[in-house]
Amino acid sequence: MRYRFAAVVSAVTFLACSGAEKQSAGAEAGATTSGVDLNGAGATFPLPIYSKWFSNYAEQTGVKINYGSVGSGAGIKQLSEQTVDFGASDGPMNDEELAAAKGGPVLHFPTVLGAVVITYNLPGVTTPLKLTGELIADIFLGKITKWNDARLVAENAGTTLPAQDILVVHRSDGSGTSFIFTDYLTAVSAAWKAGPGKGKSVAWPIGLGGRGNEGVSGSVKQTPGTIGYVELAYAKQNGLPAAHVKNAAGNVVEPTIASITAAAEGAIAQLGPNSDYRVSIVNAPGAQAYPISSFTWLLVYTNQADGAKGKKLVDFMRWMYTTGQQSAASLDYAPLPAALATQLTERLSSITGIAQ
Amino acid sequence: MGSTSIEGASSADRWYRIITTACALSIPLLLGFIALQVFVGAWPAFEKFGLSFLTGSTWDVGAGEFGAAPMIYGTVVSSVLALVLATPLALGVAIFLSEFAPPWLRQPVAFLVDLLAAIPSVVYGLWGIFVLLPVLREDVMPFLATTLGLGNTPLFSGPAYGNSMLAASVILAIMILPYISAVAREVLMAVPRAQREAALALGATRWEMIRDAVVPYARSGIIGGIILGLGRALGETMAVTMLIGNRAELSASLFAPGYTLASVIANEFAEASTEFHTAALMACGAVLLVVTLMVNMIARWLVGRVAREGR
Repeated sequence: MRYRFAAVVSAVTFLACSGAEKQSAGAEAGATTSGVDLNGAGATFPLPIYSKWFSNYAEQTGVKINYGSVGSGAGIKQLSEQTVDFGASDGPMNDEELAAAKGGPVLHFPTVLGAVVITYNLPGVTTPLKLTGELIADIFLGKITKWNDARLVAENAGTTLPAQDILVVHRSDGSGTSFIFTDYLTAVSAAWKAGPGKGKSVAWPIGLGGRGNEGVSGSVKQTPGTIGYVELAYAKQNGLPAAHVKNAAGNVVEPTIASITAAAEGAIAQLGPNSDYRVSIVNAPGAQAYPISSFTWLLVYTNQADGAKGKKLVDFMRWMYTTGQQSAASLDYAPLPAALATQLTERLSSITGIAQ
Repeated sequence: MGSTSIEGASSADRWYRIITTACALSIPLLLGFIALQVFVGAWPAFEKFGLSFLTGSTWDVGAGEFGAAPMIYGTVVSSVLALVLATPLALGVAIFLSEFAPPWLRQPVAFLVDLLAAIPSVVYGLWGIFVLLPVLREDVMPFLATTLGLGNTPLFSGPAYGNSMLAASVILAIMILPYISAVAREVLMAVPRAQREAALALGATRWEMIRDAVVPYARSGIIGGIILGLGRALGETMAVTMLIGNRAELSASLFAPGYTLASVIANEFAEASTEFHTAALMACGAVLLVVTLMVNMIARWLVGRVAREGR
């Protein structure tokens, strides 16, 4: 009997450890696959549109691009180590990360726009909730705890808000969605800036952590009185209610494809001529701009080590800024403003080391 | 060892021994290698935070402050509670199947219980979100807090959101049940027939026979099964992450959200970018490893004691 038990015990140690190891396995995936022309890795948020682009592009030109949606952080790491031909990220690389890149200077190319919407569960409330940045920050800071708080009621004239506790739900996994949301809160609230700040994972003062968009929306859908945030595409495809948010110009704006593109228009109007496009567009100016919007980027080395691959990459990106942009809205991503797409196409010529 | 083996067979014997030895050695080597990697990766965090990594309760990635006490607490509490919930049920199932079930029922029920172990963790998590959480929030938690009047005790206080330590423990209990019951069933069925017949011959009822002759005989094996379940619970990641609420805060209430070591790694590892964040997550892995080893050592000691008393 004791021998049988010894076997059981060694199995235990193994099982217990294996759970924790699972996550790291995916990080190296997608590095090299035979029969593929280009390899990329990074952000999960734009995966649906990137997949569509890569498959359409392969149909039209025969150039195969493999993309591993390993997360923005892992994408940056793999680009730095030169295990992929391009990276992708929901947040721009910081100066430290840029300096660490082994292949030299890295260029940021915005591809499409995404947005974060505030979703909620308030039975009986049929008109969309109206919120300001200050209110959202104070709710997520735990300063506003009741739905019928005087400040919420003042913003939502004509809507009867229940005398119910507010339950906050946030993302528990490190994500670009959380980064955009906290970037926005940092921009609009001094208290948020001094407190949790911005990041893919922050120390949330209150609330529950749900894993992924589905974790957050699962809690919000089921529990009356909850408020949470998810990606626009996810909210649209699942029919979740989305709050309208007051922008920098003072207008209360619904999150739509048009209002997100408008945010990019407002933001790029302020850019200098030689921008590196590592810009946050939260709380952007513009009368119709939805304030919780963001670019997502492709990360490309300025000096391409492999001329043939470099040419394929630049050709793809040129296609992406013309034909590709037209299919963005069908997957609930906002296309870049036309002027910006033109600017970025011109900027492709600054990539060097390309075979002619 | 095999010094007297026949001439022609000695080479085969030697090879057989070499191969099996290599197989046996590969496991401790692999385990040692994993442990080494984890500790090397975790070293910057241990060096910087020292003991406060184990005792601190602030986990703030932005500020670069990492204290894993809430995760350690959550890991141990959710696993132990899961064990408390699962063990009686699993033993009941095992005793029924080995002692009472008619043969036509035994196979199908055993098969169904074993099938629980084959369900992927993420499916348990989804089932938890859509079925278990509403039941807990609307029925079980109000029942505990209001109907039984336990709402004033620290264990069951606070608002009932659903996502909680309790939810994680319940899902873990369901997940580890098949492990405990399968092992317990096997060892109960392995109890010699003579043992049962002797008890019955002394005038024991069926229940007395099971209680006094069968279960004590199988005791160390049953505890082995329970420890297997505990090990499973300590390391379980996905289903727990989806239900526990992922809040790095020490709270006595089972209604409050919590966090576990495995969950924080699963949540944050993919997007960890600073050196200390990665190291802190590796350190969580190292602590999980040590907690698991300690639990196993305690269990071995316990089994050793029980086995001596039992015979």
